[in-house]
Amino acid sequence: MTLTWYLVLAAILFTIGAAGVLVRRNAIVVFMCVELMLNSVNLTLVTFARATGTLDGQVMAFFVMVVAAAEVVVGLAIIMSIYRTRRSASVDDANLLKY
Amino acid sequence: MAEAAPAEGLAAAAWLLIALPMAGAAVLLLAGRRADRWGHLLGCATVLAAFLLGVLITVDVAGLPERSAAVELFTFIATGSLDVRAGLLVDPLSLAFVLLITGVGSLIHVYSVGYMAHDPGRRRFFGYLNLFVAAMLLLVLGDSFVALYVGWEGVGLASYLLIAFWYRRPAAATAAKKAFIMNRVGDVGLALAIFVMFAQLGTTSFEGVFGSVEALAGGTLTALGLLLLLGACGKSGQFPLQSWLPDAMEGPTPVSALIHAATMVTAGVYLIARAAPIYDQTPTARAAVLAVGALTLMIGAIAGCAYDDIKKVLAWSTVSQIGYMFLAVGLGPVGYAAGLAHLLTHGFFKAGLFLGAGSVMHAMGDQVDMRRFGGLARKVPITFVTFGLGYLALIGFPFLSGYFTKDAIIEAALDRGDTWGLVLGGVAILGAGLTAFYMTRLMLLTFAGKARWTDDQHPHESPPVMTVPMILLAVGSVGAGFVLVSVAPLADWLEPVFGEPAEPEHVIAPALVAAVVTAVAAAGVVAAWLFVGRREVPLTAPARVSPVTRAARNALYADTVNESLFMRPGQWLTRALVWVDNRGVDGAVNGLAAAFGGSSSRLGRAQTGFVRTYALGMLGGAVVVAGALLAVTAG
Repeated sequence: MTLTWYLVLAAILFTIGAAGVLVRRNAIVVFMCVELMLNSVNLTLVTFARATGTLDGQVMAFFVMVVAAAEVVVGLAIIMSIYRTRRSASVDDANLLKY
Repeated sequence: MAEAAPAEGLAAAAWLLIALPMAGAAVLLLAGRRADRWGHLLGCATVLAAFLLGVLITVDVAGLPERSAAVELFTFIATGSLDVRAGLLVDPLSLAFVLLITGVGSLIHVYSVGYMAHDPGRRRFFGYLNLFVAAMLLLVLGDSFVALYVGWEGVGLASYLLIAFWYRRPAAATAAKKAFIMNRVGDVGLALAIFVMFAQLGTTSFEGVFGSVEALAGGTLTALGLLLLLGACGKSGQFPLQSWLPDAMEGPTPVSALIHAATMVTAGVYLIARAAPIYDQTPTARAAVLAVGALTLMIGAIAGCAYDDIKKVLAWSTVSQIGYMFLAVGLGPVGYAAGLAHLLTHGFFKAGLFLGAGSVMHAMGDQVDMRRFGGLARKVPITFVTFGLGYLALIGFPFLSGYFTKDAIIEAALDRGDTWGLVLGGVAILGAGLTAFYMTRLMLLTFAGKARWTDDQHPHESPPVMTVPMILLAVGSVGAGFVLVSVAPLADWLEPVFGEPAEPEHVIAPALVAAVVTAVAAAGVVAAWLFVGRREVPLTAPARVSPVTRAARNALYADTVNESLFMRPGQWLTRALVWVDNRGVDGAVNGLAAAFGGSSSRLGRAQTGFVRTYALGMLGGAVVVAGALLAVTAG
């Protein structure tokens, strides 16, 4: 087994996620991109765990999933409340927090 | 100086001398309007009681072998090696002053009852006067330079309060500030002298300081002498600090009589006489005293010739007469008794003259311009006679007070026997001629000639409560000199303080000196008659006058010099400092704050509110951190 394929896949996924976060305006899409980045990291963790034959990376991946689930709950709630007040899910419309 | 034995009997109660007027002042100033009805009576009573007590103590102490007694009061400051005790020294010198202060003070208090009768602030006036008497007594009775200094500042305060008694008048308020500030200049000298004593000797008691003067280096002694002289010049209105005294005439006339003629302004003479053991060791400082005395004597006499304000002429006369006293005490052992005798007789006749001037002002509705007087001799006969006797005493009319005491000073100066003795004696004789001139001018302008009053004036003689003190002071003006020089010589009385009076070796026969002085004074009188008495007196001062007259009218430009040398540069300095403070100090602080504020508000623009901007920032940061990590681990 070579690490390369897994790591390259993870890097591609991460890049897609990061690019999506930066360029998309729809909050839901941005959110999904964040999930994509998290999962690409999970893939990296699991890959290295497998390669080194230890469980540390896998345990870490579980933690990431749990945190991601919690984050989704809070994040979707915030998006819902923004949508209710602004009738829009665009992240650019929530721009009050500035100078 | 003889060592004073601990006081017993009446002398131990000497603290009462100070406590009585002090209590009077406290009651008068704290009781408020409740005391308005009887306040002036209490004010007179405390000073009279102090006078009687002073007389009793004098009689008591005169019987002691050393004629002096020390009164221990309490420990004033005690920290580590610094131990300042408050105590009183009752000796012939301080007793002479006590009798002058309380005696003349009582008369002036009584006079003030009438003079201030219609003033709503009469109670406050008496409170301040009592405060002054208490401070002045502390000044002369204190047994250390620190005690003296407390009294010294006390009389300065009382003088300030009384000059500014009519504080609603801007001139009075300004004059009071001027007096206070110029006194501070002198006080710095006295304070520094006390510091030097602490540093060099560790004590300021007269006994301790005078007992160890010989251990001091010559330079230190000279510095001490000059610093004390600076203090004396400030308090006594001597050159170069003379110009506050004539302005101080803005105060009520009894104040001018008591503080600015008879007592406080002579404190400088007291200081130098008291510090005789220091001056005995330092010819330099003593020469400075002589120079100051001779110079001030002439400045006062010249300026006195040109003023039209009756009180200012008398004030310049005071400056000049105190110059005589400085000259006398600057001569050393031969002059102390002469100077102090002149001080005492001057206290009588100058207080009498001021009270007379007050009576004239009372008659003329507070007019002080002598060009608006004239022909008052018939209208205010008692004032005229008492004032006239004071005048004759001052110009040295034969066998009146000034004749004896002023001649004694001139003789003492001439007895030096050297060129300087001749110069000083000549200056003093010339001063006597000028004194005769300006005082005769004052007499002629005020009492003789035609009436030049404004229409609404109806001169009337003052009530007895004012004239009786004037009569008593006139009696003193006539007799005091003879008593102090011949009947009960002051020199003998002061012997425990200054030592056995030396038998004078006359270089020029006293009879000749007396004849010359009298002739010069007579010439002054005649000159005044020629210039003033014979002619019509213009109602306004002539504008076209010689430069000498103009200089004299401006008091020899002392104020101009002070203003251009000290006041203006001082103002420039303060203005420059204000500028530096505003622009420099404040500028730096404000500029720093503005720089932070401006830059932060510009940096704040980076906060756009767009989530993706922040996300990009985070990504960029993460990339940089990762890159740095890689660089570090790879390197």
